[in-house]
Amino acid sequence: MALDDLAQKKSGWPGSGLAKGLAVTLRTMTRKTHTAQYPDALPELPPRSRGVIGLFEENCTVCMLCARECPDWCIYIDSHKETVLPATPGGRERSQNVLDRFAIDFALCMYCGICIEVCPFDALFWSPEFEYAETDIRDLTHERDKLREWMWTVPEPPALDPGAEEPKEVAAARKTADKLAAAQAAEAAAAAAPGPSDAPGEPGAPGAAGEGAPS
Amino acid sequence: MNDTLEVALRLLAVFAVFLVFPLFIGQAEHKVMAHMQGRLGPMYAGGFHGWAQLVADGVKFAQKEDVVPANADRRVFQLAPAVALLPYLLVLVAIPIGPDNAVGEVVDAGIFFVLAVMGVGVLGSLMAGSASANKFSLLGGLRTAAQLLAYELPMLLTAASVAMAAGTVSLPGMLDAFEWWWVPWQIVGGVLFFVAGLAELQRPPFDAPVADSEIIFGAYTEYTGLRFALFMLAEYAGIVVLSGLTAVLFLGGWHGPFAGELGWLWTLLKTLALAFVVIWLRATYPRLREDQLQKLAWTVLIPLALAQIALTGVVKVAIN
Repeated sequence: MALDDLAQKKSGWPGSGLAKGLAVTLRTMTRKTHTAQYPDALPELPPRSRGVIGLFEENCTVCMLCARECPDWCIYIDSHKETVLPATPGGRERSQNVLDRFAIDFALCMYCGICIEVCPFDALFWSPEFEYAETDIRDLTHERDKLREWMWTVPEPPALDPGAEEPKEVAAARKTADKLAAAQAAEAAAAAAPGPSDAPGEPGAPGAAGEGAPS
Repeated sequence: MNDTLEVALRLLAVFAVFLVFPLFIGQAEHKVMAHMQGRLGPMYAGGFHGWAQLVADGVKFAQKEDVVPANADRRVFQLAPAVALLPYLLVLVAIPIGPDNAVGEVVDAGIFFVLAVMGVGVLGSLMAGSASANKFSLLGGLRTAAQLLAYELPMLLTAASVAMAAGTVSLPGMLDAFEWWWVPWQIVGGVLFFVAGLAELQRPPFDAPVADSEIIFGAYTEYTGLRFALFMLAEYAGIVVLSGLTAVLFLGGWHGPFAGELGWLWTLLKTLALAFVVIWLRATYPRLREDQLQKLAWTVLIPLALAQIALTGVVKVAIN
C-alpha cells in the first residue's frame, strides 16, 4: 500500500522525469560556475588554512616539545647552551638555550599541526601559503631562515565570536591596569583632599604603560 | 561559363559550411555542456574563452601517428573515416537554406537522396568495426548495425509523413508548400525524426555503440590521429545535417517573418536551436542500455510513426 502511494507520488504525468532533468541542466547553465581558476585567480582560503608552518624564532626556547610530539619526526632542532652574565652584580650566572638549527621537512610533514598546538611559547604558526613545490625533494626541508620568512605571511588570528570569553592575556592585563588605576586614583584623592579639589580624571600615570590598556 | 562559376560558388559555400559549422557546434558543445555541469570548459586556447580549442585539438590529432593494427583489414580500415564523413557533405548540398532555390543543388527526389546518403554514413562505423580486428570494435559495429536497423525505419516513416503532407519529395518543394499549421500537425513526427536521427548519429543518450565506459569507443577503438578526428568531425557534421533537416522538414526551414530577405537567417536559427537541443540532451540523460534502445525503437517510435502517417493521411484527405 505504502509502496503504491510512493510510486503514484513519483510518477506524475508521463515524461515528467525527463522534463525535470532538462530543467535541471538548463537552470545550471544559467547559474554561476563553480570552477576555481586557480593559477589565474588565487583561492580564497579560510582562516587557519594549513599551508605551511612559520617559525617565530624569537619566541623559541628550544624546549623540543614540537620535535618530540611530531608524529613523523620531521622537525630537526640543534642547540647549544650559553652562559649569561648575572643581571645584577653579585648575582648568579644563568645558562640559556640558543637555537642553532630549526628545520621542518615538508616532504614528511603531514600537516597535523600538533607542533603548533603543543608549542607553549607561540613560536610556531600556520600560514596559508601553499605554493612551495620543489623539483628536488631535499629543497622541501625548510631551514630556520626560510621558516622565519613564512612568519610574514601569517594572517592575523580571526576575531573571536561575539559573546566569547575574553582572552586570558587581555583579562590579566585589564586586571593589572584596573588595579593600578585604582591605586593612582586613591593616591590622587589623598593628595587632593587637603588642598582645592582638582579634576579627578587623568591620573597621568608615570611609566608602566601596560599592553592591555583599560578601555 | 557563368553556370560553371555559379555551381562552383555554391559548392564552395557548402564546403565552407561543412568545414566551419561542425567546429562551431563542437565548440558550443564544449561550452554549453560545461556550463550545464557548473564548469567553465576550455578557457585558454586562443585566448578568449578557449574559442580555438577545436583548432588546437585538430593540430594535436594531425601530429599523432596514424596506426593501423597488424591484423586489420588495411584498405577497409583506412577507408572507413572517409565513408563516415563524406555522406554528410553530400547531404548538405541538398538542404535548402532560403527561398528561391537557395540550395547547393536542387535534387528532385531530395528527401530520398538525403535519407539514403545519410544511411551510407553509418556504413563507415560498420566498416571500422569489422576491419579493426578488435573485439570491442566488432561489438561496437554490431551495436551500430542493430541501431541502424531499428531507427532507420521511424526516420523514413516520419519523413514520408511530411512528404505526404507536402505532396512532393523535393526539399525546396516541401518548403514552398509549407503552412504554419504543419508544425503542430507534424509535431510528433518531428520529435520522432529528431530522436531517430540522434540514434543514427550515435549521440547520447543513444551512444551504446560507442559507449566508452563499456566497449572503449566501439568501432573507433583502434583509430588514432587524423582518422579518428575525421570520425569525430563526422559526428558533428551529422549534428549539423540532422538539425538542418529537422528544421527544414518539420519547422518550416526559411519560413518566418521577413522570409524574403532573412530566410537564410531563419534556417540558421532553427538549425542552431536544434543543435543546442542535441547538446542539451547529451548533458542531461544517461546512456540507454542496448535492450532499452531496441525497445524504444520498436515499441514506441515505430507505432507512433505509423500513427503520425495515419493522421497525416486523414487530415490530407479531409482537406482535399
